[in-house]
Amino acid sequence: MSLLHSLFKQMLSSMRDLAPVVIVFGLFQLLVIRQPLPPHVGVADLIIGLISVLLGLTLFVKGLEIGLFPVGENLAHAFARKASVFWLILFAFSLGFGTTIAEPALTAVSGKAALVLSDAALIANDDEAQRLFSITLRIVVALSVGSAVVLGVLRILKGWPLHYLIIAGYALVLVLTAFAPDEIVGIAYDSGGVTTSTITVPLLAALGVGLASSIKGRNPMLDGFGLIAFASVMPIIFVLVFGLIRFGGVA
Amino acid sequence: MTILRTTLFDLMPILAVIFGFQYLVIGKPVPHLGRIMLGLLLVFLGLALFLFGLETALFPLGAVMAEQLTNPEFLPALAAGVERHWTHYYWVYLFAFAIGASTTIAEPALIAVSLKAGKVSGGTIDPFVLRVAVAIGMAIGITLGSWRIITGTPLHYMVIGAYLLVIIQTLRSPKFIIPLAFDSGGVTTSTITVPIIAALGLSLASAIPGRSPVLDGFGMIALACLFPIITVMAYAQIAEWRQRRVRARQESPPARTGHNQGEKPWDSS
Repeated sequence: MSLLHSLFKQMLSSMRDLAPVVIVFGLFQLLVIRQPLPPHVGVADLIIGLISVLLGLTLFVKGLEIGLFPVGENLAHAFARKASVFWLILFAFSLGFGTTIAEPALTAVSGKAALVLSDAALIANDDEAQRLFSITLRIVVALSVGSAVVLGVLRILKGWPLHYLIIAGYALVLVLTAFAPDEIVGIAYDSGGVTTSTITVPLLAALGVGLASSIKGRNPMLDGFGLIAFASVMPIIFVLVFGLIRFGGVA
Repeated sequence: MTILRTTLFDLMPILAVIFGFQYLVIGKPVPHLGRIMLGLLLVFLGLALFLFGLETALFPLGAVMAEQLTNPEFLPALAAGVERHWTHYYWVYLFAFAIGASTTIAEPALIAVSLKAGKVSGGTIDPFVLRVAVAIGMAIGITLGSWRIITGTPLHYMVIGAYLLVIIQTLRSPKFIIPLAFDSGGVTTSTITVPIIAALGLSLASAIPGRSPVLDGFGMIALACLFPIITVMAYAQIAEWRQRRVRARQESPPARTGHNQGEKPWDSS
């Protein structure tokens, strides 16, 4: 299949992702609000922006498919099958860290978080301080996903049951919430949801399924999936701790 | 230009990981290097374009809806001195529900996962109903998230409530559904939906009197990830219960047919 042809197919699928948003927005504008858009929102900007999102997502996903995923999946299988536990753990950690830093949804949310915190005068109100905060936040989340993947790999190797670990994670989240400053709680909870999208999921799934299928007595369906579940609890814990250190606890 | 530079910076770690491990640990060159380089170029351009569109379209889309739907001129008129009730914001809830459900039901990752789940369950789970369960969970999550911002209910109360429900369900659900349910929470929040609901939440929090973006604006994504777990496990529990009931009926048909048992050919299953 030629590149152009497959790009076109990818574009159709990106369109299917974007269409519900545009349709719901359009229906509400036409049927419910029935007012012109506020002056600070240009229709031309919206259209250019949506086209950029469409093209950007298309190129991004296609590029991942032909550039990053084949190498990443090969590596994941190679490490899952024959590497020593040390290399496997190191690879798992690096993979979680690297994919999370590049995750666009995390970039979006951490940028907003920096903006809001600086409006509330919790961090300095200049671009440099905001940039620094959003990078730090992303690194904290990336470290947490790295650790989550390591925990997930250990779980598959040892055969620990998923739900006890998740429940323990939840309990830790609740305890930390009681001590963490209120300003970080919302950001922390949200950062758990943004880590698992475009780049992270396919590579982690490849690692999990590769591992589960190379170990006797493991079911790829049951054991391969759990990696992603940890990747959505661990960031909450890490960001809450980060908030405690950065802004201090509640009095 | 800055977007191109930050994009390059964003991609450095994963490139370092993949190529570092490939060359230093595996010690073999990457096959099809040219093709892979082309892919990486597409990743770079795509990410830069996406981040540009994020600022010019996705954030404004969520923000403008929150602004317009909470505008005093749009809301029902208030008698003098009366405080606004949370039910006045019904269009906000409806918008939140519509965005949540519509972006989830057609999500390709979800379609793939639900087909797999249908196979693994041996027919207990209907892939389409599973997708509906995830979409409803997502929609409930976002709707409750906007209700929480409007009423100022602390996020951790809702999260604690949802966690308790998840824990109880985890202990009672069929085993095979648990990893799937947890992952379905992650699958729903796609790269397009996250910025829109983040902007929606923050703008709601700044538009509603008495709310602050820092304390109230976040949390919608968290709830959008939690509620699909609940609805998926609930669906699995219902499906299992129904199947048990059908099986019980098949094993003891006289129970329902009454005194004429065995004489009605159309009633035998």
